[in-house]
Amino acid sequence: METKSIMIVGVGGQGSLLASKLLGRLLMDEGYDVKVSEVHGMSQRGGSVVTYVRFGDKVYSPIITEGEADIIISFEKLEAARYAKFLKNDGLIVVNTQQIDPMPVIIGAATYPEDVLSELTDKGLNVEAMDALSLAIEAGSPKAVNIVLMGRAAKQFDIPYERWINAIENTVAERFVEMNKKAFDLGYNF
Amino acid sequence: MKKLLIGNQAVACGLHDGGLGVVSSYPGTPSTEITEFLSKYDDIHSEWAPNEKVACEVAFGASLAGARSSCAMKHVGLNVAADPLFTLSYTGVNGGMVICVADDPAKHSSQNEQDSRHYAIASKVPMLEPADSQEAYTFAKSAFELSEKYDTPVILRMCTRIAHSQSIVEFSEKQEAVLKNYEKNPQKYIMMPGNAIKRHPFVEERTAKLTELAEDCMYNTVEYNSDEIGIITSGCSYLYVKEVMGDSASILKIGMPNPLPVQLIKDFASKVKKLYVIEELDPIIENHVKSLGIEVVGKEKFSILGEFSQQTIAKAFDMDNKVGVTADSEIPMRPPMMCAGCPHRGMFYTLSKNKITVHGDIGCYTLGAVAPLNALDSTLCMGASISGLHGYNAARGEEAEKKSVAVIGDSTFMHSGMTGLVNVAYNATNSTVIILDNSITGMTGHQQNPTTGYNIKGDPAAKVDLEALCKALGINRVRVVDPYDLKACETAVKEELAVEEPSVIISRRPCVLLKSVKLQPSLNVDADKCKSCKRCMGLGCPAISMKDGKAKIDNTLCVGCGVCKQLCAFDAIV
Repeated sequence: METKSIMIVGVGGQGSLLASKLLGRLLMDEGYDVKVSEVHGMSQRGGSVVTYVRFGDKVYSPIITEGEADIIISFEKLEAARYAKFLKNDGLIVVNTQQIDPMPVIIGAATYPEDVLSELTDKGLNVEAMDALSLAIEAGSPKAVNIVLMGRAAKQFDIPYERWINAIENTVAERFVEMNKKAFDLGYNF
Repeated sequence: MKKLLIGNQAVACGLHDGGLGVVSSYPGTPSTEITEFLSKYDDIHSEWAPNEKVACEVAFGASLAGARSSCAMKHVGLNVAADPLFTLSYTGVNGGMVICVADDPAKHSSQNEQDSRHYAIASKVPMLEPADSQEAYTFAKSAFELSEKYDTPVILRMCTRIAHSQSIVEFSEKQEAVLKNYEKNPQKYIMMPGNAIKRHPFVEERTAKLTELAEDCMYNTVEYNSDEIGIITSGCSYLYVKEVMGDSASILKIGMPNPLPVQLIKDFASKVKKLYVIEELDPIIENHVKSLGIEVVGKEKFSILGEFSQQTIAKAFDMDNKVGVTADSEIPMRPPMMCAGCPHRGMFYTLSKNKITVHGDIGCYTLGAVAPLNALDSTLCMGASISGLHGYNAARGEEAEKKSVAVIGDSTFMHSGMTGLVNVAYNATNSTVIILDNSITGMTGHQQNPTTGYNIKGDPAAKVDLEALCKALGINRVRVVDPYDLKACETAVKEELAVEEPSVIISRRPCVLLKSVKLQPSLNVDADKCKSCKRCMGLGCPAISMKDGKAKIDNTLCVGCGVCKQLCAFDAIV
C-alpha cells in the first residue's frame, strides 16, 4: 500500500498529542508501518502546532511536505488555512470552526481573515467544517474536540468502527472513556 | 514485542536494555525525554544535574566506578560539557559511557544550529547517529559494548526529527547491569601532563582502530541499486532520500559519522557515475570525501541551513511535482507566547513600562522579547544575562547601572547564573539581577531542579535557599517580590536600580501550569465601564482581546491572576 499522510494541526494546548497517539497506535495494531512526528518545546506555548501521521507498508520520512497530505484534521480555522498547501489536490480537510486569535491579531498588528474556509473551498479544496467545540461540550468536555474530529475523520480510514472504540478504550484514562466514546460518536455520526 | 516510540524513548529503552546503571542530565529540547523515560526505571540511578558539565562528570565518575553510565543534553549543552568530554577521550572508561546529544536543525527550540559532529571529531570520540526509533534503540544499546571494547566514551547523536518522531521498535533481550571492578590506575585516570602525554598516542591508535571498524560494521550500510547515482547520507536525510529515490539510487548510509570510513567510501564512489553527499547542517561527510580526492556534489545543492525534507531531495533531482493550494488572505503568524497567568508577565510589563535595558536568558521568559512587551535587549546562552549585564555596566558606567537589569530563571540561575553573580559582587558593578523564580524548569516541560525541593522522581530533596545563596555569593541586597503585584514590582525595580551596590530581586511565583497551583475564577470586563483605552492590551495576555471596541476576557483561558485588573483605571475588570 502506498504511504498515506495525515496532518493534525491546531493551537498549542488543544490536545493534538492524544489524537496522534490514538491514531498512531490504532494504525500499528492494524498492521501498518507507522511514523508519527511532532515538535515539542517552544511550539507548545500557544503557538501553531502540527503533528504528522504517516502509514503504509513501509514508511520512510516522518514528515509531510507540500501537496502530500491525504487528510488534514484541523482544530482551528486559521490553522487549516495555514497548512492547506500541504493537502493533495483530492485530499480532505476536516476542520473545527472555532476561532482562536493569535497574538498579532489580538494586539492589532494583523487581521484574522474574514471567511478563510470559503477561500479554501473556492480554490477547489474539499473542506468539511463542523462546530466540534459545541459537540465536545455536549459530550461532556470542551477538551474532547480532538476526539470529535477523529470521529469525523474516521470514515476516511479502512478501519471498522469497533476498532476505533477499542483504541479509545486503550488510550484514554478509564474515567474519561465514556465521555470520549460519546465525543467520537458525535463526530462519527455528524 | 513491538511498540510505537519516539526516538528519545527508544534511546532510553536501549540504554536500559544495554545495562545502564547511572544517568545524569540537564533538560534541553529535543533531548529531555531520554532522561525522563529513564527516571521511570527503578533499577537505574537517574537525576537532573544543575548543568551538563556536572552531568557529564557524574557519568564519568559512575563509569570509573564500573557502572555503565550516560548523560543527555541538547546540542548547546555539549558546549557546557565540552571540558570533561575532551579529557574523557584520553582517560577512556571503565564501565561503558554514552553521551546523548540532540541537535536541532531549523532551531525549533534553540538559539543556534550548531552541528555536534564537530565535537566528535575534535575530541576524537566515536559518534553514532540513528535514523529512526529502531536504530535509536539498537545503537544506544550497542554503544556500551563499543565504549568498553575501545575504551572510549561514545556520543549518540540525535536530531529533532529522530528524537520526536515515533516509529515502531522491536526489543531485544535486556542485558543485566553489571558493576565492574574498580582498580586504582593513576596513569589512566589522573590527567596531569606526565600521564596525559602518554594517553594521547592511545587516543590516536584508538581512532585508527575505530576507522577500521567503520569499514565494516552494522552502523554503515550499503544499498547497491544503480551505477548511475550514488548517495552518501545519514540520519533523517537517509529517510528523505529513500522516500524520494526508493531503489533508483545506490546509497551508503553512515550510522557512525565519526570516525568515517575510507575504503568503504572509495569503493562505493568507484561503483557510481555521479556521487552526492546529502547531510543536514555542516559538510562533515562531504569534506571527508573530498579529502580522499573524490569528486562529489554536496552543499552547493543541499543547503547548510535548516532541515531537509523529501521535498528538498525531490527538488534537487527535478522530481518535485506536488503543488499545494493556499488561501489568498494573508495568514497571520501564531508565535508561541507566555501563557495567561504567567508569573513572568507582571515583571516584564514593569520593565517594559520603565524602558529598562534587559539582558535576557534561556527559558520561557525569552518570550518576554515578543510584542507587545518587547522587553528584552539580548539573549545569548545559559547564564549570559548576568555576566552580560556586568560587562554592559562596566563599559557604560553609572548611567547604565540605573537603567539596566538581568533576568534569569531559577533553573538557569542554578545552571550557570551563580558564577556570573559572584563576578558582579567580586568585580563590583552596581548591577541589578532579577531571578524569575517560577519553581520549575518551565520551557522544557516542567523538570525539577535544585531550587524546587524535589528530585527527578518527584521525591522530596534538598532545596537551595536562593536568598541565602545570593547573600553568600556576596550580594547584600536581596529582596523577594510577587510578580502578580505590579506596584510591588515597580517599587522593587526602581529602588534596586537606584542603590549604589549590586542587588538581587527574586520575582517569585510558581508556574501557572503546575498542577499544585490553585487557579482563580476568570475575570470579566464590564463593557459599560470599559473606555477602550487598551491599557490592559499592553500586557500581551492571550486571554484579553478587543471585541466590538471593548476589551473582552476569554473565560476559557483566564486564570484570574488579576494583573490586568490593577491596570484598569476605570474598574472595568471584575
